[in-house]
Amino acid sequence: MKIVTDKAPKVDVASILTGDEIAAIHEFMHHYPHARAASLDALKIVQKRNGWVDDAQVNAIANILDIPVTDIDGVATFFNRIYRQPVGRHVILICDSIACYLTGYEALSAALKAELGIDYGQTTPDGRFTLLPICCLGNCDKGPAVLIDEDTYGPVMPEEVAQLLELYA
Amino acid sequence: MSLTVAEQIAQRQNGLAPSQLNNQRIPIYGDKATATSETKPLTWRLAHHDAVLDFKTHESLRGFEALKMALNQSAETTLNTIKEAVVKGRGGAGFPAGIKWSLMAPPDGGPRYLLCNADEMEPGTFKDRLLMERLPFQLIEGMIISAYAIGATAGYIFIRGEYILAAERLNAAIDEMIANNMLGDNILGTDFSFDLHVHTGAGRYICGEETALINCLEGRRANPRTKPPFPQVAGAWGRPTVVNNVETLNNVPAIILHGSKWYQDLPKAKGKTETPGTKLFGCSGLVNDGGLWELPFGYTAREIIEDFAGGMKDGRQLKAWLPGGASTDFLTPDHLDVIMDFDTIQKAGSRLGTGLIMVVDEAQDMVALVRNLEIFFQRESCGWCTPCRDGLPWGVKLLTAINDGAGQEGDIEKLEGLTRDLWIGKTFCAHAPGAMEPLMSAIKYFRPEFEQKIATAVGVSAIDAAAQAPLGEQ
Repeated sequence: MKIVTDKAPKVDVASILTGDEIAAIHEFMHHYPHARAASLDALKIVQKRNGWVDDAQVNAIANILDIPVTDIDGVATFFNRIYRQPVGRHVILICDSIACYLTGYEALSAALKAELGIDYGQTTPDGRFTLLPICCLGNCDKGPAVLIDEDTYGPVMPEEVAQLLELYA
Repeated sequence: MSLTVAEQIAQRQNGLAPSQLNNQRIPIYGDKATATSETKPLTWRLAHHDAVLDFKTHESLRGFEALKMALNQSAETTLNTIKEAVVKGRGGAGFPAGIKWSLMAPPDGGPRYLLCNADEMEPGTFKDRLLMERLPFQLIEGMIISAYAIGATAGYIFIRGEYILAAERLNAAIDEMIANNMLGDNILGTDFSFDLHVHTGAGRYICGEETALINCLEGRRANPRTKPPFPQVAGAWGRPTVVNNVETLNNVPAIILHGSKWYQDLPKAKGKTETPGTKLFGCSGLVNDGGLWELPFGYTAREIIEDFAGGMKDGRQLKAWLPGGASTDFLTPDHLDVIMDFDTIQKAGSRLGTGLIMVVDEAQDMVALVRNLEIFFQRESCGWCTPCRDGLPWGVKLLTAINDGAGQEGDIEKLEGLTRDLWIGKTFCAHAPGAMEPLMSAIKYFRPEFEQKIATAVGVSAIDAAAQAPLGEQ
C-alpha cells in the first residue's frame, strides 16, 4: 500500500526556479509569522516569468514553503489572476461589473472580441493577447474600464481599441 | 470631461495613477484657501498637491502631528478619542471602529494584528483607490496611530492585486517611514514598535469579507471563517486582530488632531444627520461628471447626483439608483431627497454601503441589469456554503431565461424564494444576502418589467404550441 504523506515530494528547487525567484520568495516569507502565508506572493513571483504557473513550479513552491502541493494548488486555483495554463504575452481584463455595464461595457467587449478574433478565455493564435472578464476595477467614474497587464484604462470607446492594443507588442 | 485613450496613454507616461487621470476631479477639494484639515480632513492635502508621495511633503502639510500627539498620550486615551468620535466603518457595514477596537482580547504579550482592508472590489466603488494612490502617508499614519491604540505589533495592508500603482506607492512610503523611525522598533524613541507590510491579492471579491481576508493573508483559500470567534479574539494566525477599511483608517489622524467633539460637530453644519464626520461620496453611471467628493454627512442623493455629478447625461431620466455598491438595494427617484447616511438610507429600505451612488437611466432594462449583477455575485461566490454556491447560479439561470424570452409563470416567485433562502442567517457569510438586496428591490419596484417579459414568452409559447398541434385539434 502506498503511504500518502502531507509533505510535498522533494524536487530540485534550484533547477525549476531561478535564484532571484527563490530569494524573492524568501523575502516575503519574512513578512509573516508562518511560511505558508507567502503562498500567494510566491505564485505571483513565479508567474511573472512565463505569465502562468506550471506543475513543476507549484511543486517547487510547496518545497520552499514546506507545505503540501495540494495547498499551493488550492490557492492557485482559487484566485482568478493566478493562471494554471498558458496565457498570451499580454492579458486583457475587461470589467464586466455594473458601473461599466451602465457605461458601455457590452459595446467595448464586442469591439475587443472582434479586434482580437477571440472570445473570453482564449488566446490569439500569435500568442499576443488573452482576453478575460474581471469584476469591478475600481475605475467606475471612468467606465468602461480595462486592465492590460499592469495598466488601467478608462473610459475606452470601441473605436479606440485598435489604438490601445498597438501599445502591447 | 473624460480623457481619450490617447490622452490617458500620454498621462500614464508621466507616471500618473488612474485616480489622477481625470481633470474634473479637482473641484472636489473646493477653494484651496478653505480646504483645511478641519473642513476636509480626508482630502485637504490634495488642494495643495495632486498627490502627496514623499515623506517631506506629507510632513510639511501637518503630517505626523497627529502621530506625535497620539504617542505622547496613553493608548487608552487614543482609543477613547476614536470611540467617542464614533467613526462608522467605511467599508460598507458602518460598524463603529472604536467599538470594534474595544472588543479586542486584552494583551497577553503575544502578537496582535491590525489589518487594513484595501480589497476594494464592490462594484461601483473607487474611493480607497484615490486615498491610496494619492495620499499613501495619510493611511500609514492612521494605521500607526490605530495600532498604538489597540496595541498591535504588526499590520498588513491587504490590497487587491489590480491596484498596482497604489501598492507601489504604499511600499515606497513604508520604506521612507522605516528610514524615519516611524515604523519598526521603538517608533520615535517610544516603547511602541509596529511592523507594516503590504499584502497584494490576486482577484476574488470575497477577500473583502474580513475573515476571508484573514484566510487569504495566511496563504489559504479565501473562504470566510465562522464567527464567533470574532477576529478581535482569534483572527490572523489565531491572534487578536482588527480589520478596518482604508477610508476608516484615513479618518483617524484628524480626529486625534482636532478631537472627537470636532468630528461630531462636522455634519452639524448641515444639521440633518446624526452620522459624524465627512466621507468620500461619489457617483458613477451615465452622469455628466462622475467622480468623488469629500462631504460632511448630511447631503442628499439628489444634491450629489445633480449638484456634484452634474446631473444625468444627455438629459436622460433617472430610473433607479444604488446608494453604495452592487450589494445595496435599489432606490427610486422618489427617494432622491433622503440624506446619504447610514440610518436614513436604511430607513428608506437600502444600505449606505460604500456611499458611492450608481445611477440607472430610463433606457436600462431592469431584468438585464439585475442579471448582470447576479452574474457578478455568482462568479465571486467562494463556493463554501451550499445556498450561495447553488442558489446564486439558479438565480442567474432564471434571470437569463426571463431576459431571453424563455421565462415561465412562477419564475418571479422562485426568485423571491431565493431572496428568502439566501438571506442572512441561512448562508455562511454576507455574500449571498448582499446579492439578494438588488434582486429583491428590483422585483419590488420593477415587477411589471419582469412580468411583461414572462407574459410575452408564455404568450409566444402558447402560439407555438397551437401552431404545432395537429390540424384537427385547432
